[in-house]
Amino acid sequence: MASWEHFSHGSDIGVRGFGNTVEEAFEEAALALTAIVADVSRVGQGETVEVHCDAPDLELLLVSWLNAIIYEMAVRTMLFSKFRVVISGCSLTGTLLGEEVDPERHRVAVEAKGATVTALRVVHNHDGQWVAECVVDV
Amino acid sequence: MNRKSLTRRSDFEWWIEPTGQMRVPGIIYAGEQLIEDMDEKVREQLTNVATLPGIRRAAYAMPDAHWGYGFPIGGVAAFDPDEGGVISAGGVGFDISCGVRTLHTGLTADQLEPRKVELADALFSRVPAGVGSTGAIRLSEEEMDEMLRGGANWAIVRGYGRPEDLERIEEGGCASGAKPECVSHQAKKRQAREMGTLGSGNHYLEIQRVAEVFDSATAAVFGLRLNDIVVSIHCGSRGLGHQVGTDYLKAMVIDGYRPIPDRELACASINSELGQHYVGAMRAATNCALANRQIITHLVRGAFSAVVPDAKLALLYDVSHNTCKIERHVINGESRELFVHRKGATRAFGPGHPDLPPSLREVGQPVLIGGTMGTESHVMVGTGESEDLAFSSACHGAGRSMSRTQASKKWQGRKLIDELYEKGVLIRTRSFRGVAEEAPGAYKDVNAVAEAAEHAKLARRIVRLVPLICVKG
Repeated sequence: MASWEHFSHGSDIGVRGFGNTVEEAFEEAALALTAIVADVSRVGQGETVEVHCDAPDLELLLVSWLNAIIYEMAVRTMLFSKFRVVISGCSLTGTLLGEEVDPERHRVAVEAKGATVTALRVVHNHDGQWVAECVVDV
Repeated sequence: MNRKSLTRRSDFEWWIEPTGQMRVPGIIYAGEQLIEDMDEKVREQLTNVATLPGIRRAAYAMPDAHWGYGFPIGGVAAFDPDEGGVISAGGVGFDISCGVRTLHTGLTADQLEPRKVELADALFSRVPAGVGSTGAIRLSEEEMDEMLRGGANWAIVRGYGRPEDLERIEEGGCASGAKPECVSHQAKKRQAREMGTLGSGNHYLEIQRVAEVFDSATAAVFGLRLNDIVVSIHCGSRGLGHQVGTDYLKAMVIDGYRPIPDRELACASINSELGQHYVGAMRAATNCALANRQIITHLVRGAFSAVVPDAKLALLYDVSHNTCKIERHVINGESRELFVHRKGATRAFGPGHPDLPPSLREVGQPVLIGGTMGTESHVMVGTGESEDLAFSSACHGAGRSMSRTQASKKWQGRKLIDELYEKGVLIRTRSFRGVAEEAPGAYKDVNAVAEAAEHAKLARRIVRLVPLICVKG
């Protein structure tokens, strides 16, 4: 089942996405990323942004994906609350749906500086579920 | 941390003896309680750093060390380029040249008290802080490159500060050898609207009172007396530095030095093309941080001049605590040029160091230790002993004792702000959740950290500061 959670890191915060497919796990990890920055349930989906990234393996692709979102959040001063991911080999095309930041309405907490390779893991569990996780520096 | 894995060399010095692939020992400076509370990951990460090529003397952890990115936060490690030494993006950190600067207002607590609320509001309205905040300065591509070469000097030439500020900033306010051409277009774009912004998380702008003086003679050289009011600014290189960290971490994971025990230790040989590109980009990001703190200083001076025009606001000092600097140190009787990583650690030159300005050379470098809203900060001074102990380094702050996730569950921002108000601390923020995540109780005791640094002879306490106003991102 698709879902996300945060996990503890000494000074920062970890994101973990679960999904029936690797794409779904990446989408959920992205929701966990937005939830670091703001209350994801309060973020609208009026604008669409496309991103593309590549990496040598699936784990680094997760880091590249999250960093692509962090970049779009920063340069557009936007937050995103819906994600669609298509992965082909080690290339990813993502669609981000969101809106401009409104600090009060979105109940913002902290900026994300970058996704890291710390506690980085993309695995297909025995129960068939995908897990995608890493620590995000805030 | 499991003490059985350490050899205790003195009350405040603990060794991880070199085993396996370790080229040097790991050395942790801390008291018994701080060691017991320290994350096991610090031992693991210090052990890994000690395996990297070209490392000299030891991999060090300061009393506030905690789990970082490959290198522990609160970590110090020096590498010799002629011995195959490496440079690591994780060993510098994502917020390149994040640091603290402290200004002396020339006011006393009594003089500030009647204008405190007005000043808090003026600072909050003039200094952009928090998620989505943008600065008023827009730079063309050419101006951005000039800023990346010039640092605080660039800012002062454009009117954001005073020429005399420069001698109170490490390296005279400008990291030489910056290469804007090694900074990606994305990094520059990310910075486009962020010049002169504070950021969020543990960054802050505080008005503080000198609450205790430990060494009045050195305090006098720093211009500090009991009940004086100072301003401290904690922030870094903003989006540009974060993107440089992101870009080069990925490049080092893919094309960096091999073998490494864990890919979060991604690094590059200093003399490789990638290593040299990172050095040039990191120095550019350092200049971005120095320019940013300089612009914020200018905004702070503007707020004061509108509310308390008598304030002097001379710069006491500016330290960066996420850096890799080229420094000369004596190794086996020979002076060597080393690349000294300090991730969450402060350079702490002792008395007589030639790189200190004449006005500070006799006593040593001010070492600014940031606390968290509602708790103390410290001004310390570098010692002569610190050179041999840890390449002239000391701690940088309290360090977290509780994760953000736990903190936001345990505390409520609004309630915390009210409680701090009762204690005489005015908080200005747009984010209650951000305040909860930064709750004073989520950090280690900064006094214990400063005391441990003093007992370990890394730095000496000069004054203790308590906050009166805190602007949080």
